[in-house]
Amino acid sequence: MRYLPLTEDEKREMLASMGLEQIDDLFQDIPPEAVFQGDLDVPGPLSEAELIRHFKALAAKNQDTTKLVSFLGAGVYDHLVPSIVKRIVGRGEFLTAYTPYQPEITQGVLQSIFEYQTMICELTGMEASNASMYDGASALAEACLMACAATKRELVILPATLHPQWQEVVRLYLESQDVSIVYMPLDEQTGTADLNQLSELPWGEAACAVVQQPNFFGLLENVTALESRIHANGGLLVMAVDPISLSLLKPPAEFKADIVVGDGQSLGQAMGFGGPAFGFFATTEKLIRRMPGRVVGETVDAEGKRAFVLTLQTREQHIRREKATSNICSNQALNALAATIYLAVLGKQGFRDVGYQCLQKAHYLKQRLLEIPGLSAAFSAPSFREFAIRGAFDWAEINRRLLDRGFLGGLPLARFGHPDLILFSVTEARTKQEIDAFVSTLRGLIQ
Amino acid sequence: MTVRANIPLIFERSTPGRRGYRLPELDVPETPISELIPEEYLRSEAPALPEVSELEVVRHYTQLSRLNHGVDVGFYPLGSCTMKYNPWVHEDLVSLPGLSAIHPYQPEETVQGALELIYNLSEHLAAIAGLSKASLQPAAGAHGELTGLMVIKAYHNFRGEGHRREMIVPDSAHGTNPASCAMVGYKVVEVPSDSRGGVDVEALRKLVGPNTAGLMLTNPNTLGLFDENICQIAKIVHDAGGLLYYDGANANAIMGIVRPGDTGFDVVHFNLHKTFSTPHGGGGPGAGPIVVSEALAPFLPGPVVAKDGDKFRLVMPEHSIGRVRSFFGNFLVYAKAYAYILSHGPQGLREVSEAAVLNANYVMNKLKDIFELPYDRICMHEFVLSGACLKEYGVRTLDLAKRLSDYGFHAPTVYFPLIVEEAIMIEPTETEPKSTLDEFIEVMRQIAEEAKENPEMLTSAPHNAPVKRLDEARAARHPVLRWARQ
Repeated sequence: MRYLPLTEDEKREMLASMGLEQIDDLFQDIPPEAVFQGDLDVPGPLSEAELIRHFKALAAKNQDTTKLVSFLGAGVYDHLVPSIVKRIVGRGEFLTAYTPYQPEITQGVLQSIFEYQTMICELTGMEASNASMYDGASALAEACLMACAATKRELVILPATLHPQWQEVVRLYLESQDVSIVYMPLDEQTGTADLNQLSELPWGEAACAVVQQPNFFGLLENVTALESRIHANGGLLVMAVDPISLSLLKPPAEFKADIVVGDGQSLGQAMGFGGPAFGFFATTEKLIRRMPGRVVGETVDAEGKRAFVLTLQTREQHIRREKATSNICSNQALNALAATIYLAVLGKQGFRDVGYQCLQKAHYLKQRLLEIPGLSAAFSAPSFREFAIRGAFDWAEINRRLLDRGFLGGLPLARFGHPDLILFSVTEARTKQEIDAFVSTLRGLIQ
Repeated sequence: MTVRANIPLIFERSTPGRRGYRLPELDVPETPISELIPEEYLRSEAPALPEVSELEVVRHYTQLSRLNHGVDVGFYPLGSCTMKYNPWVHEDLVSLPGLSAIHPYQPEETVQGALELIYNLSEHLAAIAGLSKASLQPAAGAHGELTGLMVIKAYHNFRGEGHRREMIVPDSAHGTNPASCAMVGYKVVEVPSDSRGGVDVEALRKLVGPNTAGLMLTNPNTLGLFDENICQIAKIVHDAGGLLYYDGANANAIMGIVRPGDTGFDVVHFNLHKTFSTPHGGGGPGAGPIVVSEALAPFLPGPVVAKDGDKFRLVMPEHSIGRVRSFFGNFLVYAKAYAYILSHGPQGLREVSEAAVLNANYVMNKLKDIFELPYDRICMHEFVLSGACLKEYGVRTLDLAKRLSDYGFHAPTVYFPLIVEEAIMIEPTETEPKSTLDEFIEVMRQIAEEAKENPEMLTSAPHNAPVKRLDEARAARHPVLRWARQ
């Protein structure tokens, strides 16, 4: 085996040093009826060359976005990633370290997380960020549980405009702790939470109200209306935000959010069939000690030099066990590092440019699509990088034909109960030429 | 040469107006932003991201990386974490655009290779666990625990036994076990360990009852000991109507030697970043898939991949609990575990566990005369010493841990499990050559000598690390969690 260094002579010598003769002697504590007889039913061994061949064959059975022009989004986006992100994240010193339990020899991980936390605070306007969560959906679920713990209430108000998968994850986490969910209905005209029906909701019992900004349809929600309701009734405002949108949009702190979460895939991560990316989690100073997950803080060493360390660990499972704020342990540190490098190299202006180009290009595609007879805007609220179009077509079939012509079309929303709608996403990675070609191809297919 | 930490924050390197990366010029007609987004939604001030050149970014993070100890840098015997070599070819494999540049909402017919990978890996993990079906959705070990407990709860509820809300957890268990129980609303019932370090079977008999949802067990346990009574334990829990949960943190000891399913476990999670060598990445991304018995398979989170002839498709299990995160989990992480299994094959996986156990016993045997070994038995892939013998010199396990880094070794896991005083938990892994183990043994013995002759050398350690010992209390007392803008 190519990764196993012990020679037969060494094995014999090592066994002899313990007074043993054969490897099986090491397993004498295992009761005979528990011992597995035979060989595991797995293939291999493959040499490195055979392994590469196998993986190339698998990869060739997929159609990827280096060949297709993609307009798919809905939580995972085809953004540009500067080359250095992957190069630096791939350094063995980062890749092969573990959670920095021994801070003196893991300052690299710790300082980069401290920088990451700062960047998340800058984007969201919040006072504190943790070191990352698994993804946006589970981060939102944890935010709701934290709100329940902070307010000692057991009900959460969710918008019907929240990403359907996030709804599923939140529902599962909350059901597990017997927390109830009440939904804010969709306003079919605006595509956002229906403000006319807010008075029907049990605000007085709610631990929090959740807003996704932009929402699943890519639209901007009226946060202010929800904020005043929930805060007037003693609950918390939880915002789930798209980090790229924060290059242009008002930070959640200015909407008086108490907890802010989101998915970080769009910050320098591969799409990777949906993982791994990371979730982010930020809150106010007041709520820091209720936050789940790892947190890095600044301190000094014995010579008074600035250094960084995992801190506030009395919230965590390895200290508090069943009384911990969450069970989360390993998170997505390397993905958070990738986001940190991404934001650092883009910098203040570059990050704004990404958001601005997404907005302009998405708007351009939307305008061009609306010129096609039979297509109309699905909703009236302002959008950012994603928008829904209405048209009475078999969108799955149209997508199949687009695929033959090299395009990955939008996401048909039929499976989410909106049969005539399709959701398009446009990032800075798309060119005018690609957008124009897509529009004329689609026009040809529809007419 | 020791690298000294004195690296400014990336924000402190910022120069107004400097740029690191440029997008292509905007090529579509521009619409004034005020016509697209109402003023009240727009931010008035840009986030204070650094303004640095690409080279400055490269140097900054390269310098930071050099302050880190990783498996690539040196021996990392961090118990319960299985810090084995991470094959570099895996990084090439998951960089193939056919895997890294695919979107999870692509039509199924365009991602057949990805679905095939998921299907194959699920089958292989089931074979290794000796169980039936897998879900690859959980993102880490603790997430796998949470998912497994949700599945157990759904199973009991489905059978009209929703009152079963007590989960038995040994006193030697990882902190994630009781914390995961709390996340599903289970009451934690702690079972003590017996004098040989296993579950106290008589105590267990008294704890099970009509409200027992199950037992969570790590086997080998956190002392690195295989529980000899496992079949009896399984019978006690099953007879009471409970299910057995296998915390796979220590599965590196048992591949091809014991299949948890054969010993009565109903749910297993694997830490793919440990046993199957996807790197740890400084604290993730990991992957914590669960594998379950036939009876529990209908409750798995979904979608899972089914095979129809030579086609693969996504299906929701019949009584699925739903989703524990978006999409299909950490795909590019578990793809590496798939590669690892294929590289080794059935015999190779068994050899991995054999060598891991041999290395651990070799080191244990050479250290047990100078440190106390509370449970003096043959161990599995790791063992736990006590540093209590150093106390008479005013030295603690923590000091030993810090001193080890002066010799280029990462510390073992310390102060865990909680049932051993001044615990030192050592897991060498199978990828370490004998020469490294011998050096480590030599250094441990030398440090034990230093403790007697020059305790100050330990209590003020580390001396050669990038920073001196940190004031951890100060960080918690006055939390500074971000760089403050000037």
